[in-house]
Amino acid sequence: MQMPVPNPAILSRKAELVARLRTVLPVDAVISDPAETRAYECDALTAYKCPPLVAILPATTQEVSDALAICHDMGVPVVPRGSGTSLAGGALPTADSVILGVARMNAVLETDYDNRLIRVQTGRTNLSVTGAVEEHGFFYAPDPSSQLACAIAGNIAMNSGGAHCLKYGVTTNNLMGVTMVLMDGTVIELGGAHLDAAGYDLLGLVCGSEGQLGVVTEATLRILRKPEGARPVLIGFDSNEVAGACVSDIIKAGVLPVAIEFMDRPCIRATEDFAHAGYPDCEALLIVEVEGSEAEIDAQLALIEEIARRHDPVELRQSKSAEESAKIWLGRKSAFGAMGQINDYMCLDGTIPVSALPLVLRRIGEMSKEFGLDVGNVFHAGDGNMHPLILFDANKPGDLERCEAFGAEILKLCVEVGGCLTGEHGVGIEKRDLMAHQYDSDDLAAQMDVKDVFDPGWLLNPAKVFPLEASQGRRAA
Amino acid sequence: MTPQTEAELAAIIKAADGPLRIEGGGTRPIGGATNGARLSTSAMRGIELYEPGALTLVARSGTPLDEVEAALAKEGQRLAFEPMDHRGLLGTAGTPTIGGVVAANVSGPRRVQAGACRDFLLGVRFVDGAGRIVKNGGRVMKNVTGYDLVKLMAGSYGTLGVLTEVALKVLPAPQMAATLRLDGLDDAQAVTALCRALGSPFEVTGAAHLPGKATLLRIEGFAASVAYRAERLTALLAPFGALAVEDDPDVVAATWRDIRDVTAFHGRAGDVWRLSVKPSDAPGIVAGLSGVEALYDWGGGLVWLLAPEGRANTIRAGVDAKGGHATRVRGAGADAFHPLPAPVAALQAGLRRRFDPRGLLNPGLMACV
Repeated sequence: MQMPVPNPAILSRKAELVARLRTVLPVDAVISDPAETRAYECDALTAYKCPPLVAILPATTQEVSDALAICHDMGVPVVPRGSGTSLAGGALPTADSVILGVARMNAVLETDYDNRLIRVQTGRTNLSVTGAVEEHGFFYAPDPSSQLACAIAGNIAMNSGGAHCLKYGVTTNNLMGVTMVLMDGTVIELGGAHLDAAGYDLLGLVCGSEGQLGVVTEATLRILRKPEGARPVLIGFDSNEVAGACVSDIIKAGVLPVAIEFMDRPCIRATEDFAHAGYPDCEALLIVEVEGSEAEIDAQLALIEEIARRHDPVELRQSKSAEESAKIWLGRKSAFGAMGQINDYMCLDGTIPVSALPLVLRRIGEMSKEFGLDVGNVFHAGDGNMHPLILFDANKPGDLERCEAFGAEILKLCVEVGGCLTGEHGVGIEKRDLMAHQYDSDDLAAQMDVKDVFDPGWLLNPAKVFPLEASQGRRAA
Repeated sequence: MTPQTEAELAAIIKAADGPLRIEGGGTRPIGGATNGARLSTSAMRGIELYEPGALTLVARSGTPLDEVEAALAKEGQRLAFEPMDHRGLLGTAGTPTIGGVVAANVSGPRRVQAGACRDFLLGVRFVDGAGRIVKNGGRVMKNVTGYDLVKLMAGSYGTLGVLTEVALKVLPAPQMAATLRLDGLDDAQAVTALCRALGSPFEVTGAAHLPGKATLLRIEGFAASVAYRAERLTALLAPFGALAVEDDPDVVAATWRDIRDVTAFHGRAGDVWRLSVKPSDAPGIVAGLSGVEALYDWGGGLVWLLAPEGRANTIRAGVDAKGGHATRVRGAGADAFHPLPAPVAALQAGLRRRFDPRGLLNPGLMACV
């Protein structure tokens, strides 16, 4: 992975930088000892590591503003960091950068049940947002798998999704407003407790911009009343094609499940060996969950069952209780862990049109043989967001490179069939150099124009999202 | 000028030496007519892809909205954001286009539950002011590949580029719908009741208050669900009075169409304002204004005002005191759009210079000063 050469002029001014940052931040909020900055050398994409020059942990919007103004003045790059759970290297530092961690900003600023919103500092974890409102029967809908650890700041940066997006949408559909600090220290407010933007939808533009347009310090989030109940049905099929057709038929029938999860045979086997969830021995498995009152759930599951039966399922198991629901979800929720028991794995995140599912799974199977690496597929079928898990051995020379090459081929295939490189993890550094497969030079130029407007010096979260050669002229300008 | 293709459009913009007035169906001249030669998208039309099983539809921007809605209805689906028809309110004629809906980010009563037009927009193609053909997003429901210019284009009124194609997420149409009606509530009581209903698990898809007339909720879904939720909402809202249930499909559809299109203000003198505010702030903001008539949608989050001319400063002061914004949808003047704080206005101006360096596209529109 190519990264820009660290700027020696910045490296040589480290002492001055630290001294200036200490004038605006508490002494324990500026970390400059190399033994300590190593804690920030990578995120969840651990294949790439680079300790930052300095790490700072501001506690308020004002502190963020003051610190950014200093970095701006000295021309120092800044890498914003939520909880460091990015699978795409979204928070990978450069050697000449300041890591700006939001972990100390985790307060709830306001809850408003009448207007159905919560305002938080963005270092707060995703799950603890729901934690703050659940005793009143409310929840925050986006639920990435890392929700116990991941911060709202990172969710906004990557426009994170989760298993329940089919019904509730992703972060951008649940984000109402932000307080954001621009690279020069200017504090702006976008959106708020009202619904639509005045002027351009800058809030929509900021969400998913991977920390490259500003540092979001506070967020107003939509909260929803919890449904009365939810229950899944598990359906097994003897081919991926039939399972794909069943997904399509369920959607066409007018039911809107809250989740439709899909697992293929390699994944089913791995999870059975690991979690013993009692899954059937079959080619493809669907978990379809619906919400509502008991009677509404029964009616929806009956309709789904009727549709599924037309496709000759090898197994059909409707949950009738909380225990049965937990058992059905057990395998799905332990899928990543189960694959991790077998070997190291790389998790991809491409999205495809649901109609292309059988073709893409067949091609992935063929490529698996060509590359000599096993792959299991587990994904959100309702919205076509795939998570192929490629198994490799990190200790075997050449395996990681082979795995990355295989992954790149899968993602190119996703684009070819009308999909995209990443559905919810973000581009980061991981998919940066694949961007040209989805977007031509004008498409990328239009996006980089936005970057130029918000951060003319290209100091925020350097070397992410855009291929380095594409951004070269702008970064140098 | 009425280009037939995206390439023709790009050539026209590249060759342009003066301002262009971008038009879809010409039914939503919000913010006033701009100068320039008329550039219409109406010849770039047709649905290019519709996959009911994937809930996605891709259409050229000049496709009439009717054509899109008819194709969806045939498969029992719809545009869940329920775009408003502006013709009656603005006294315009013509054929609304899907590109126009997107360019103005037009949403109706269901926005409060399902989301706005921008939430259903999966991808766009457009030609910017430099004649550059740009695509962003795609046709899949989850896509975080690069910056989200899709959202930026929604509601930018053709000032950053001329849309040529839009990809939308669609949803199944429900088996049935019902309207629940409360009578005799003042504005503050009504918004409190609407908030309570929207904060319930019963998936209210419309929440409006017509002062002096009625306070209305809509529920949609399978017949058994609608009956069940009506019963539960009746119990929940008992402190506000007895709920009357209407489930004749034609009556329910007409009621919500009238709310969506602000029928009550059609053909009446005065300016029409659209306020986007925090729902619980709405009654207080309205009470602080004299000589206006109000309609509340989105549980109070959207207020339509019929006001005498020349009231921009008073209305905006009322909104600014609480947060939100006010757009003059009908009426004269260069200040239709709400002024933005200086740093945000600077970003907006910066984006506009980047996407339209020669200032050709709808100049003067969305000016926020």
